[in-house]
Amino acid sequence: MAAEIHANRFRLLTEQVGRKFVAGVEDFGYGAALLVESVFWLLAGRWRQQRVRLSAIVQEMMDIGVQAIPVVTILAFANGAMMAMQGIYTLRDFGAESQVVSGIAMSVTREFGVLIAGIVVAGRSGSAIAARIGTMQMAQEIDALRVMGVSPVRYLVSPILAAMLLMMPILSVLSDAMAILGGGVISVMELHINLDTYTTRVFSELVPGDIFQGLIKSVVFAVLITLVATGNGFNASGGAEGLGRATTRSVVLCIAAIVVADMVFTFFLSR
Amino acid sequence: MNTTPPDTSSQPVIEVNNLVTYYGDQKILDDVSLSVAPGEIMVIMGGSGSGKSTLLRYLLGLHRADAGDIRLFGKNIDTLSSHEWMEIRKKIGVSFQGGALFNSMTVGENVRMPLREHTSLDENTIKIMSRMKLEVVNLAGYEHLMPAQLSGGMIKRAALARAIVMDPGILFFDEPSAGLDPVVAADLDNLILRIRDAMPVSIVVVTHELQSAFKIADRITVLDRGRILMVGSVEEVRHSDNPRIRNLLTRTSEDEPVDVDGYLQRLTEGAMRF
Ligand SMILES: Nc1ncnc2c1ncn2[C@@H]1O[C@H](COP(=O)(O)OP(=O)(O)OP(=O)(O)O)[C@@H](O)[C@H]1O
Ligand SMILES: [Mg+2]
Repeated sequence: MAAEIHANRFRLLTEQVGRKFVAGVEDFGYGAALLVESVFWLLAGRWRQQRVRLSAIVQEMMDIGVQAIPVVTILAFANGAMMAMQGIYTLRDFGAESQVVSGIAMSVTREFGVLIAGIVVAGRSGSAIAARIGTMQMAQEIDALRVMGVSPVRYLVSPILAAMLLMMPILSVLSDAMAILGGGVISVMELHINLDTYTTRVFSELVPGDIFQGLIKSVVFAVLITLVATGNGFNASGGAEGLGRATTRSVVLCIAAIVVADMVFTFFLSR
Repeated sequence: MNTTPPDTSSQPVIEVNNLVTYYGDQKILDDVSLSVAPGEIMVIMGGSGSGKSTLLRYLLGLHRADAGDIRLFGKNIDTLSSHEWMEIRKKIGVSFQGGALFNSMTVGENVRMPLREHTSLDENTIKIMSRMKLEVVNLAGYEHLMPAQLSGGMIKRAALARAIVMDPGILFFDEPSAGLDPVVAADLDNLILRIRDAMPVSIVVVTHELQSAFKIADRITVLDRGRILMVGSVEEVRHSDNPRIRNLLTRTSEDEPVDVDGYLQRLTEGAMRF
């Protein structure tokens, strides 16, 4: 009897894992289709008399990008400062604290600048977009768009994708600058160098490849956040509670997606 | 009941043949066939959960039929290219059960939206055309309000204005009078009749309100648990001796045969699992 129950449980478990896997593959396919369609409308909408409106893109750029500037600034500055402190205190034991400048310059431009920008955008817009589209889905507004002959992807996703692709790189460059500045303030205080020396040292360490690596990542993050957030919105169901679930899921998945993608990219790009 | 008989001789604008649909494993519509003539008001009537809104969703091409086919303006909607669909959708107006107004836009912007998306008219013309339609539904002067500021009846009328702004060939209206007081509901019925008289449009109205159905319908399709009980004129439905239709008319609930085993099984389902 007990063995039978165990066997049953095991079967249920494997079945669940299987289902999760199939659902994962389905989600992936859904995201890919969403990406293809929204890019299609951005490029070809004009010929089909179905333009993606510039005003909609600008609006999204404000919501996604411009309004994220204060948070990105603060977080990046604080992070740069913390990196400098940790670096100086740990490297001091080896008498190598002056190496901290190049450490900050590289890790910020390659890694943390873009990651901070990504996490801020994921947290702000990942939830807001999923909530907005999810609400529209439940109020049949998405159906209303479709029966009007307005593609919901063109109308809702394409402007977000365009805005993300434009704003994420800008936000990550801003984030880079702020983190370096944060590190600079601490370095000036602890290492007794002036800001000029610091800046010169930073730029002498950096090669275009470092900045480029950050920019590539920011574009990938832009795509991931757009697809995860809009996809979760479109698939929301089940009233207010379902909307809450979709929103939470969206933020968590957005952050998970960019962190994992970041790791994979770092693995290949840092070789 | 209308004075002008619809022109049933010409080709129907909507034709449904043996439609079968499922949500998951559950069969929702079973062998549904009907047709709507140009200029006709067809009312789809049936109790709650009988599949009226579902039928509407399939007519609108929001889902793919599991069997059977649907023709709009003579074209099988399963074989349309996306461009052909677009052209057909410009000729269809829909007012959903809950209105489905875009909540982030004012009433005026909602009504102007189809014109903005599908025509290259200049802003002034668009404004004037949208105001004309708001005038038709007695919402002139409310164009600056947000949907959240409207009453239930006003939402239905705003949704109707948006649905007719492109002068569609077919107008779909899900539950015009549900949740409204009798006076406002009667207003909406009159409005539907006025629209049909003012422009060449076929109207499909989904409702479970008998009075409203009898007042506006040219023909009535009675839907019951996903099957068509009858299609006929108002008089034919009124005098039908089908017991299920009589139940619907006299508002008696259906006498379901008691299924003891099924009942017990539902109660205990899942309770005895490990
Ligand atoms: N998205 C869905 N997923 C699964 N089942 C659904 C879905 N939508 C509707 N149903 C089921 O389909 C059946 C018909 O629903 P439908 O909304 O068409 O009824 P209705 O006739 O419009 O009812 P009402 O008058 O209450 O609006 C119901 O049993 C409902 O449970
Ligand atoms: Mg319904």
